[in-house]
Amino acid sequence: MKIDWAALGSVFGVSLVVTVGLVALFTLGIAGLSRRERAVAAGDGGGALAVTGAYVCFAACAAAVGYGIYLIMGKG
Amino acid sequence: MESFSLILAIVVITALAFDFTNGFHDTANAMATTISTGALKPKVAVAMSAALNLVGAFLSVEVANTISKGLVDEAGIRPEVIFAALVGAILWNLLTWLVGLPSSSSHALMGGLIGATVASAGFGAVHGGVLVTKVMIPAVAAPVVAGVAALAATRLSYTIGAKSDGKAAEKGHRAGQIASAGLVSLAHGTNDAQKTMGIITLALIAGGAIAPGSNPPTWVILSAGLAIALGTYIGGWRIIRTMGTGLTDLQPQQGFAAQTSSAAAILASSHLGFSLSTTHVVSGSVMGAGLGRKGGVVRWSTAGRMAIAWVLTLPAAALVGAGAEAVTGLGDWGTALVAVFLVASSAAIWKISRRQVVDHTNVTAAPAASEEPAGVVTQAIAAVAPPPSAPAPVLEFPAQATQPPAHALNVPAQAVGSPAPALAAPIGAAPAAALLAEDLAATIPAPASAPRTDPASSATPASAAVPPSAAV
Repeated sequence: MKIDWAALGSVFGVSLVVTVGLVALFTLGIAGLSRRERAVAAGDGGGALAVTGAYVCFAACAAAVGYGIYLIMGKG
Repeated sequence: MESFSLILAIVVITALAFDFTNGFHDTANAMATTISTGALKPKVAVAMSAALNLVGAFLSVEVANTISKGLVDEAGIRPEVIFAALVGAILWNLLTWLVGLPSSSSHALMGGLIGATVASAGFGAVHGGVLVTKVMIPAVAAPVVAGVAALAATRLSYTIGAKSDGKAAEKGHRAGQIASAGLVSLAHGTNDAQKTMGIITLALIAGGAIAPGSNPPTWVILSAGLAIALGTYIGGWRIIRTMGTGLTDLQPQQGFAAQTSSAAAILASSHLGFSLSTTHVVSGSVMGAGLGRKGGVVRWSTAGRMAIAWVLTLPAAALVGAGAEAVTGLGDWGTALVAVFLVASSAAIWKISRRQVVDHTNVTAAPAASEEPAGVVTQAIAAVAPPPSAPAPVLEFPAQATQPPAHALNVPAQAVGSPAPALAAPIGAAPAAALLAEDLAATIPAPASAPRTDPASSATPASAAVPPSAAV
């Protein structure tokens, strides 16, 4: 009986890094949108930088989802 | 289409039935958090999950032949053995659904297969080492991996998003949860629908209907995909309730973190070759997300019952599988007997479940505290895994009260709308509420049928399931 610690370890590492990374990116994006919301509500411009940053974050998340779908299909 | 013997037809139908219970059992994995945080309406969520499961079933045929590979000697496989294995797996899936506990459908299937193989070919035909590395280690590792990731992600999410609480944040978290839940559904379709395809294909090969080494025929792929999608759409609402609201109380941020960690862990594990059960991964990530929020709580009593169910899954399914195999070995009438037994017990379990219906209308309404009335089967399970609490008597009163005093009305009104905070109140947070509850008990004469209400006895069982800080 041989336990594949390397595979287990890499699953652990990858899951942790990917999850934390994605959630961080996504939450940053949401924080950006919220900042815009507040800026608009306060009436001082659009908060263009925050919005751009937010969309960059969301694009990265979308790319990760796309990669996930690719992985699911790639087993075929 | 190929020529079919009767036993082969029975195996195929049973395999599809298993696939159905699999979808139905595992809807919770993809959708429980999405439903409990309100990101999607329950019906919409299961419909989406069903569609993605169906799509997933068509994406690949690679996994299809791996379910039996390595675990048992293929030489011992006859269609009857597969049939017996499926009987064990289906019955265990239905039983755990009845008591609302998520458990791994793959473990049930493996357990059934092991039991049936042992009964048919002896213990030598099972590879013990494979059992430990493929079943036991992953079952322990999965919740830890996903749980730690979800915990860290939840912490981070609350730190970064401390100031994000407007409309944009709400919409964003909804979209994020839907995307990650969709990914989990898709992955589930590719993995679990294919397990059934593998089983059917194996049976067809064992029965000589198709040549060894064939890919699953198209009708097998189609019917397996449809069976799992249908099961997913019908929805195992009991399990969704346990997973979504029974383990912990999830806010959208937590739901998103949990779902993302599940998707990441499932994809990483299936891609890196250390396969983890979807059920174990999702349960772990939900608990991790629960612990990650400040003031968040995990109801360890529910978690403990789940753990017991996980430990029991394989041996229980194996026992039933072995018994079924022993009976089918008696001849054709034995096989018929097992088939009748399967149908009868499934009907009985369904009938018991109707005593307390859980469906899309009340899936998020009641916390884990409300347990189904004890039937014969439920009692058998309860003997091993005691449910944490009976329904709190206080909740029964509003319907029976004739004219409660005006000030006492507040308490039952809260209790009906959202039981958690109302039950939590007497435990310590608000002494006033405890007084009200006492008042209520004093002013309303208890009907003969109802249990006696004193706040102490109703608060004690509730505290096991609903900690004081549970109000969301």
